[in-house]
Amino acid sequence: MVGQGETDELKAQVRNLNFYYGKNRVLKNVNLDIVSRKVTALVGPSGCGKTTFLRCFNRMHDLYPDNKYEGEIILYPENINIVSKDVDPRMVRMQIGMVFQKPNPFPKSIYENVVYGLRIRGSNQKGKLDEVVERSLRLAALWDEVKDRLFKPAYDLSGGQQQRLCIARALATDPQILLFDEPTSALDPIATAKIEELMEELKKKVTIIIVTHNLQQAARVSDYTAFMYLGELVEYGSTEKMFTNPSNKLTQEYITGRFG
Amino acid sequence: MYFKIRRSEYVDIIFAIFGLVVCFAILSIIAILLGDLIISGLPRLTAKFFLSFPSRFPEQAGILSAWVGSLLVIFITAVCAVPIGVCAGIYLEEYAPKNWFTNILEINIANLAGVPSIIYGLLALGLFVYMLNFGESILTGGLTLGLLILPIIIMATRESIRAIPQDIREASYACGATKWQTVRWHVIPYSMGGILTGVIIGVSRAFGETAPLVTIGALTYIAFLPTSPLQPEFPFVSFKWLFDAFTVLPVQMFNWISRPQKGFHINSAAAAVVLMTLSLMMNAIAIYLRFRIRRKIRW
Repeated sequence: MVGQGETDELKAQVRNLNFYYGKNRVLKNVNLDIVSRKVTALVGPSGCGKTTFLRCFNRMHDLYPDNKYEGEIILYPENINIVSKDVDPRMVRMQIGMVFQKPNPFPKSIYENVVYGLRIRGSNQKGKLDEVVERSLRLAALWDEVKDRLFKPAYDLSGGQQQRLCIARALATDPQILLFDEPTSALDPIATAKIEELMEELKKKVTIIIVTHNLQQAARVSDYTAFMYLGELVEYGSTEKMFTNPSNKLTQEYITGRFG
Repeated sequence: MYFKIRRSEYVDIIFAIFGLVVCFAILSIIAILLGDLIISGLPRLTAKFFLSFPSRFPEQAGILSAWVGSLLVIFITAVCAVPIGVCAGIYLEEYAPKNWFTNILEINIANLAGVPSIIYGLLALGLFVYMLNFGESILTGGLTLGLLILPIIIMATRESIRAIPQDIREASYACGATKWQTVRWHVIPYSMGGILTGVIIGVSRAFGETAPLVTIGALTYIAFLPTSPLQPEFPFVSFKWLFDAFTVLPVQMFNWISRPQKGFHINSAAAAVVLMTLSLMMNAIAIYLRFRIRRKIRW
């Protein structure tokens, strides 16, 4: 499907995924390959199901009643179907981290925010935690700004710093995939630029899927782009091709700003 | 046009004056009541008043058995109602599935908060005194008031849990947390301020309750203290006090005020000052705690 002739390794493969809110079918036969250590952007007009799709990857929908998955999202190399009923959503969330639209640090210290994932896995050795805090904050490009105030409340940070703290929190447990749900929509342009820059670094270590409203952002940060419309995946390909020479008319109209 | 605008400005001013007058009227009524109580009660507020049992002679009568009884009853009330109420609130907000059963449960809890307190007294008389044979004891009194404040605590707990943004829960789950971990690390700590406030308001309500305790038979002349919970001999603790007869401050006041002698009325006023002071102190603690804990948590 990727059609690049590259020998890129697959991280995940979505096969005939349908998703229902109650009786309402909001994702329709979605098929998509997620390439390892690349950024895949999901774009499309509001209400097209991009966020719903993203939240299937870490089984967020299981928190609310009356939702149903059909089809498969196979995670490689484990080769497990993460939307299967037999798979514990917690096991999925331990492998797949998420960064939300609005920065949502816990009202605790910076340090406690980062180590939360380890604490709930029962890890309490001070040395190990300290090490993870430094590593994660460095990865999230936040270490230099906060290293002197690790035990101060996370809410004292600016919005952009809070969002990078949330990224550090997600990175602390070495996820295989990191999901970004419009991570910069609540941030100013400078903070946005910092996070985009950060993604460039992060993709060396982790596979990224990002939902974005901002087409320029998709063009800047992603290697692959998937265009969704009304719950269907319309077109998928390398970002370069999608933005210069899309094969589908709908994609072309959306990319050129004729609707959306 | 112009005149109409002028007229509506007058209405504005008139309404503001009216509101101010009403507020002052209410405040001054409360101030007069309090002032009257303090003026008539204050001379009786000596150490002896706190350390004497009730007596046939108003000058010798005191509130020792009443305040000890109040403290013990409230202790039982808090020990029973707080854990149950807080757990019920957490269950209803975080665990309970949204279906017809939990809907009925929720409506009933909201209604329970509005049931007149004497009804709780009747329930307690039938259940604790006659069926379970706890007698007209501290245990019965504490459990009765516990039932009474249970809905208050449950509602305060739920209210304060609901104020936690869903984002925070999602963030916790997205890190791989279980429901219990999310409750233990986030829901309970962040709602603690509201829960504590609810608990204190509930307890201070229980402090002043009279009717249900009169119903279960607390309106008696008590000139002794309950058995001490600490004993000189092995096993050093005793739970016999749970089954001792008791009186509490508001019941003692009620007892005194219903007598003809003027002296007892003064005693009653003095006891009222003590009760009011304790109530106000508890409310002050509630406000302080809410302020302290809220200051630490922002979203």
